[in-house]
Amino acid sequence: MDMIQPAMNGSPARATGPVILDLSHISLAFGGVKALTDISFDVREHEIRAIIGPNGAGKSSMLNVINGVYRPQQGEIALRGQSRRNMDCHAAAKAGIARTFQNIALFKGMTVLDNIMTGRNLKMRSNFLLQALYWGPARKEEIAHREKAEAIIDFLEIQAIRKTPVGRLPYGLQKRVELGRALAAEPDILLLDEPMAGMNVEEKQDMCRFILDVNDQLGTTIVLIEHDMGVVMDISDRVVVLDYGRKIADGTPDEVRNNEEVIRAYLGAGH
Amino acid sequence: MGDDVVDASRDAQDQARDTFPRRLRGHGQARPGRPAFREKHLGIWQTWSWQQVNAEVRAIACGLASLGFKRGMNLAIVGDNRPSLYWAMLAAQSLGGVPVPLYQDAPAADMAYVLNDADIGFAVAEDQEQVDKLLELTESCPQLRHIVFEDERGMRHYRQAGLISLARLQDLGRVWDAANPGQFDAAVEAGSGSDAAIILYTSGTTGKPKGVVQSHRALLAAGMGGVGFDHLTDHEDILSYLPMAWVGDCLFSLAQALVAGFTVNCPESSDTVLTDLREIGPTYYFAPPRVFENMLTSVMIRMEDAGALKRRMFHHFMSVARRCGSAILDGKDVSTGDRLQYALGRVLVYGPLKNVLGLSRVRVAYTAGAAIGPDLFRFYRSIGVNLKQLYGSTETCAYVCLQPDGNIKFDSVGLPAPGVEVKLAANGEVLVKSPATMDGYFKRPDATAEVIDTEGYFHTGDAGMFDRDGHLKIIDRAADVGKMDCGAIFAPNYIENKLKFFPFIKEAVAFGNARKEVCAFINIDMEAVGNYAERRNVAYAGYTDLAGHALTYELVRECVEKVNADLAGEDGMAPTQIKRFLVLHKELDPDDDELTRTRKVRRKFIAEKYAVLIDALYTGKASQFISTQVKFEDGRIGTASADLRICEACAYPAMELAA
Repeated sequence: MDMIQPAMNGSPARATGPVILDLSHISLAFGGVKALTDISFDVREHEIRAIIGPNGAGKSSMLNVINGVYRPQQGEIALRGQSRRNMDCHAAAKAGIARTFQNIALFKGMTVLDNIMTGRNLKMRSNFLLQALYWGPARKEEIAHREKAEAIIDFLEIQAIRKTPVGRLPYGLQKRVELGRALAAEPDILLLDEPMAGMNVEEKQDMCRFILDVNDQLGTTIVLIEHDMGVVMDISDRVVVLDYGRKIADGTPDEVRNNEEVIRAYLGAGH
Repeated sequence: MGDDVVDASRDAQDQARDTFPRRLRGHGQARPGRPAFREKHLGIWQTWSWQQVNAEVRAIACGLASLGFKRGMNLAIVGDNRPSLYWAMLAAQSLGGVPVPLYQDAPAADMAYVLNDADIGFAVAEDQEQVDKLLELTESCPQLRHIVFEDERGMRHYRQAGLISLARLQDLGRVWDAANPGQFDAAVEAGSGSDAAIILYTSGTTGKPKGVVQSHRALLAAGMGGVGFDHLTDHEDILSYLPMAWVGDCLFSLAQALVAGFTVNCPESSDTVLTDLREIGPTYYFAPPRVFENMLTSVMIRMEDAGALKRRMFHHFMSVARRCGSAILDGKDVSTGDRLQYALGRVLVYGPLKNVLGLSRVRVAYTAGAAIGPDLFRFYRSIGVNLKQLYGSTETCAYVCLQPDGNIKFDSVGLPAPGVEVKLAANGEVLVKSPATMDGYFKRPDATAEVIDTEGYFHTGDAGMFDRDGHLKIIDRAADVGKMDCGAIFAPNYIENKLKFFPFIKEAVAFGNARKEVCAFINIDMEAVGNYAERRNVAYAGYTDLAGHALTYELVRECVEKVNADLAGEDGMAPTQIKRFLVLHKELDPDDDELTRTRKVRRKFIAEKYAVLIDALYTGKASQFISTQVKFEDGRIGTASADLRICEACAYPAMELAA
């Protein structure tokens, strides 16, 4: 028998689809501060796309542009071929874009299960009153949503903390719950803002595995920002590098690793 | 109430043909709708009735048959307790094959030995993790051709030949069944009571593991004995969470379940056992002392954090329970005042406490596998949990002695079980003759001859004695019992158990055979000592730092001295008081071969590994530097080193026993 490694390395052999998200010539400024300058790159279906760069490079701004928190002054965003000037948060969510945040944004007093259920909000059809009464179609709907939420709990292996208030959980688990909440929206594109920041090695390994599993088993396209270069190079299909709001490189991990400008940006000039 | 459970009229021929697959079929007919197995899936408990289980087992068996599994073959079972893994065991038995459950946390290398020894060609694994381990072994175990996996997660990219999901196997089975009508039933009919029903590999405190072959007849005898003894019915609920490779789980979740027809509940994952316990509320419960100890420790820690009023209420009613709880449980005479107090306590403390622990519905709870501390034992009995001890080993289907209801002695393991003959050899070794004794070790007639004598007595290797009322008391492993220079009997386990009864001490190793005095290594309980230190505002940087702290040494010294006082009061035990001890810088661990997988101390190995420390103890040094290799769970290797302080403990003069 020949051994086939489970997809633990972002092997380029993995099939990625057509371009799902295309950003062209995006520029964003806050008053006189230029956060992003003329940035273009695309994201293909089913790929893991990383955005890296030193502090203040504009990575989070880029993510915020993609899901409509910021409106760029210039440029165009094309989602599934549909071009628009800028995104709108609700439109982004409806179009199947979900995200997690650099600083965990969960309801600390609510249980893990309830937090994940909030991620299903967009999919709920029945009205507020029926939901509050847990009656009729709302009841049926709630049960169906609960099943989805439980599937996510199972997927992320957090059964043991299902009923635990999120505030009581360690940081690494909170991050996992946040990923669960994002997954609850059944997104096509998942934006992860530093999913592994502040984690220890073991937690990072777990998170990597879950990201790969999401990508592999649910077929979700993933755009992630990450500081840990090892992680990025291991799991991404393609990497875009930003520095001072400009794109300085774009390509496979190997191409990026050997790019002169990237080395300079990370290590500083004169080395 | 299970009329076919202990059917005395069952004729001899029927008994000779009694097998697990026949029992399964019987339950499918007698109680088709009763729940047989439960498992939580997506947060909801799913139930399989006996009828459904019959169909599932049949499909698995036919699937295995379609792949070429035949009578006489062995089927490895690797994973946590899952209904489908129990079904796979029954499926193998249906075809006349023998299931061989393996410890699911064993590393691949340990599994290789068993796979080769039992000549395993087929394996059923729980998930990707276990499949990975088995795939790792395809070179060293070339005969392993077929691996069935239950959980399909992460398995999409596996392309190896011979890998098949359980669902797919069952589909194959149904097709095969339709194409070969009657074959499955014929295979079940061909089974006889003397066929091997299971091979359990003993962890072995010494040497390579040995496969214990138990026949259907032996296992069913143990099952029927236990079911009759505790009047178990098909309405019991048990939670199966202990390793499937362990004889205890085999007895409770397989033998007794299939004798009585009760419900086996499997936890959602190993992390959720306590929640699942609460949700299921088993009526019949089995746990090693360690589990009961952890429960009590967590209760005590949380009680210390409770408000003053709650704390006072708790302590008040616990003292009431200590005074009269066990007597009330045993149905003895108790004054009306105490009864009233206890009833109030039940409403305010014991009831809610049992509910939190998931023990509200427990009618009978057993513990075995290691000695249980008298305080711990009393605690559970006093709050109304009918906790009892049993004694047995893999070779005897864990069925030798049981404590009968209402006749419990804290320091004994009870009376010989129905149908079991127990006697003591000249050297105090416990000898057992019973229908539940094994046929022998797999492919090891030499080893079998060593433990089963010509008269059919199994030599347990445990040293014991009977008390006046015929209760058996186990002192130690017969091989471990030694003599000190002064001639006193040295039973290390006996001393170590006394030490381990303190919540602060997790593990202890005593030395004294052929020595002038007794010395000991102590392993602290990180949680309990850590909590104690935090309460006193003592900062520590980790296990090693905490272990070496003066506060810890002071705490341990108190424990050791209490044990010494205890020993001084016992007949012939006074010379075995502990003179010097040290607190080890690292936890003893099965991964470092210091403990067996069932967490028993590997005395000889430890004595060799830490020879420097033993020398230091006996030469009376004040401290000793040691550096040891540590294997982490992921296979990496590191070192732990520390300068260990050696501490003296005060010994007491031997007390005259009051007649």
